[in-house]
Amino acid sequence: MQVPPNEVDVLVIGGGNAALCAAIAARRGGASVLIVEAAPKFYRGGNTRHTRNMRCAHDAATDHLTGPYGEDEFWDDLYRVTEGHTDEDLARYMIAQSKDILPWIAQQGVRFQPSLGGTLSLGRTNSFFLGGGRAMLNALYLTAERLGVKVIYDAPVVSLDIHNGVFRSATLRTNGTDYTVRAKSLVAAAGGFEANIEWLKEGWGEPADNFLIRGTPYNRGDVLKILLDNGVLPIGDPTQCHAVAIDARAPKFDGGIITRLDCVVFGIVVNRNAERFYNEGEDFWPKRYAIWGRLVAAQPGQIAYIVFDAKSLRMFMPSLFPPVQANSLAELALKLDLPADSFLKTVTEFNAAVRPGTFDHTELDDCRTEGLALQKSHWARRIDQAPFYAYPVRPGITFTYLGTRVDRDARMQMANGGKAENMFAAGEIMAGNVLGRGYAAGIGMTIGSVFGRIAGERAAQNARG
Amino acid sequence: MHAVDHLKEAERLMTVCNSCRYCEGLCAVFPAMELRRDFADADLNYLANLCHGCGACYVDCQFSPPHEFNVNVPQTLAKVRADSYRTYAWPKAFQPMFDRNGTAIAVVTAISVAAFILGFALWHDPAVLTSDSGQFYRLMPHNVMAGLFSAISLYALLAIIMGFRAFWKDIGASSVSAGSGLTLWQATKDAAGLRYLDGGGVGCYNKDEKPTDNRRLFHHLTFYGFMLCFAATTTGTIYHYVFDWPAPYGWTELPKLFGIPGGIGLVIGPAGLMYAKLKRHPDMLDPARFGMDTAFLAMMFMTGLTGLALVLVRETPAMGVTLAIHLGVVFALFATMPYGKFVHGFYRFGALALYAAERKADRPATPAGKP
Repeated sequence: MQVPPNEVDVLVIGGGNAALCAAIAARRGGASVLIVEAAPKFYRGGNTRHTRNMRCAHDAATDHLTGPYGEDEFWDDLYRVTEGHTDEDLARYMIAQSKDILPWIAQQGVRFQPSLGGTLSLGRTNSFFLGGGRAMLNALYLTAERLGVKVIYDAPVVSLDIHNGVFRSATLRTNGTDYTVRAKSLVAAAGGFEANIEWLKEGWGEPADNFLIRGTPYNRGDVLKILLDNGVLPIGDPTQCHAVAIDARAPKFDGGIITRLDCVVFGIVVNRNAERFYNEGEDFWPKRYAIWGRLVAAQPGQIAYIVFDAKSLRMFMPSLFPPVQANSLAELALKLDLPADSFLKTVTEFNAAVRPGTFDHTELDDCRTEGLALQKSHWARRIDQAPFYAYPVRPGITFTYLGTRVDRDARMQMANGGKAENMFAAGEIMAGNVLGRGYAAGIGMTIGSVFGRIAGERAAQNARG
Repeated sequence: MHAVDHLKEAERLMTVCNSCRYCEGLCAVFPAMELRRDFADADLNYLANLCHGCGACYVDCQFSPPHEFNVNVPQTLAKVRADSYRTYAWPKAFQPMFDRNGTAIAVVTAISVAAFILGFALWHDPAVLTSDSGQFYRLMPHNVMAGLFSAISLYALLAIIMGFRAFWKDIGASSVSAGSGLTLWQATKDAAGLRYLDGGGVGCYNKDEKPTDNRRLFHHLTFYGFMLCFAATTTGTIYHYVFDWPAPYGWTELPKLFGIPGGIGLVIGPAGLMYAKLKRHPDMLDPARFGMDTAFLAMMFMTGLTGLALVLVRETPAMGVTLAIHLGVVFALFATMPYGKFVHGFYRFGALALYAAERKADRPATPAGKP
């Protein structure tokens, strides 16, 4: 049975990339460190288990990166995806630090590889973990344990003793027993609240019941809530989350990457009433995938159907569930339980509106519709070649934006104006400082590693006085 | 669709893995998988034999048990692989040898050892079994020994070649010219160094998520130990027939220089592999084939051990019985070679050759039965 110590220098709450980077940095800084992870060992690491790369600035190509990615370019990308919802000072600081984090994280045992098949567009900017996010986590845990960091699993934190911005102790529950651990510094790296449906409902209302959660059921945001209740300054839109459209047949939690669908641009997307609701060919998929969760969430029943035909079947990455298949459009409507007349009308009108063009999914081609109230501006081809296919999709929630305000030291800021004495935050729980909106591949891991390392170093300095 | 449940499960996993691809840098299986969208039995047999069972994809997988997707590639491919040995075995009448392989090999070995002991005893005065002359050929004339073992090893070779041909044809190796010199050279290098038994670079995984490189080391000891023993026998035979220079040979002669380190490798290697097997995470083991794997390791171990024992007891009264046991074990090893774990090396080599060819051609092979 695992019994936590009564007292440590640095207590790290959470078990993902940010938590491990903090724990390793604090231990290397001379502090005794305890990690408490709410999930059981297999599910340790929150969303990190499902990641595959991190975005770091670098001056030159390496064995696994095809070219340089400068700080200014990184900043431009971040500014664009967040539409300015970012703290420029903090973001630029993080980008500068990201240059060092790549070799640092490799020193902690994490291994990299060239970009995966089907992700060529990220080959220059993003460093891919050999074996994926769980492999990365395994390496970090191995290093942390070798350094003498103690880890306790299946131990959610139920309360924190905080007075006027000073953290004293945390109470965690494991094997049905509550233990109180005193610590000189706290690093909160416990993720967001995307698996907490009740909390999601505060922003989204009843439709949140139909959301699927892409990560583990342990991302409940309990630690975030306790911190905010104890006067820590919040940041980020409390009602928003990052949502993509994923296969509706995915499990409620932890379906991960393999439930994603990359075929919207090849067909049309209809709702439960068999009506189209957005221009499927507006832009390249990597630039548009992040809006479709929100679009589907706004449809009746929070469900939609991507419909395409035999021409497109092999043009995108395969996914876990096979598409629904039918030999006629009427049969497809029946299988999808869509109103057949409306469905046939939608497809017929769409097909009639498709203009001749040269199809090329690698560029913004000239295949488009004309005369529809809602056009498809690129990659529009008639849906006329049996068999016909469809994927049902629902909103898949990846992460939430609400977090704790921090400064360059990853130190939490208090709502009454001061700084926390000994509380630091890293990872998704503070991502909203940098990423107030939108997403760019691999940036969550950059935030986790950079601020995790800083939080660990500062927490150790703080603890050692 | 698929002949057995193991193949069905392998097809399900390849669909999952093909949607994820996080493991593509770990070994050859996943890049080979990515060349395909659907998986015929032959494709799965190829991928299963390409898998070295290093375990990295299991500990790295976010969907491995207890996750509901239950992705367990090493175990599933181990089952498909073992089934494939049965499928391709020649002649068909002997395929059931794989069903209870451990028992089958134990029975063949016991009969073989008993036959040698009895043979020696009946052929001569039973006292010859306990003489301390140090002369093997008093118990069994060299020509008889050479003839018997040549016959059984030629049979083993024929049966293995026939099985390999069936595999090679089924996986469509010639459709991408997998038999070319460069391809075979690449496969030889990959097999000789056990390139893919390294967990993607840090060592293979066995007990948990912490890598070790022990299985590769023990496999090298076993394989190169076996090859050295084979070299010892071959040089001995050449000495005898070509130079008319019969055994026993001195410590500095080639048969001894090859045979003694080889025997030591054959003792330590299989013992280490057996130890690793007992420590292996149960999720990655194929319990149904425990007997086959164990029998193979035991045969290798016994070959090495009895060979070394002969060196030690040659001039004592224990020589006769020890020689009978050694020859019985070696005879059984050759007799059961095409019908046990021994064949894994050939199919693995074939799969590596096809992989090298697919990489070069940048397209998948077309299996025999696939349109």
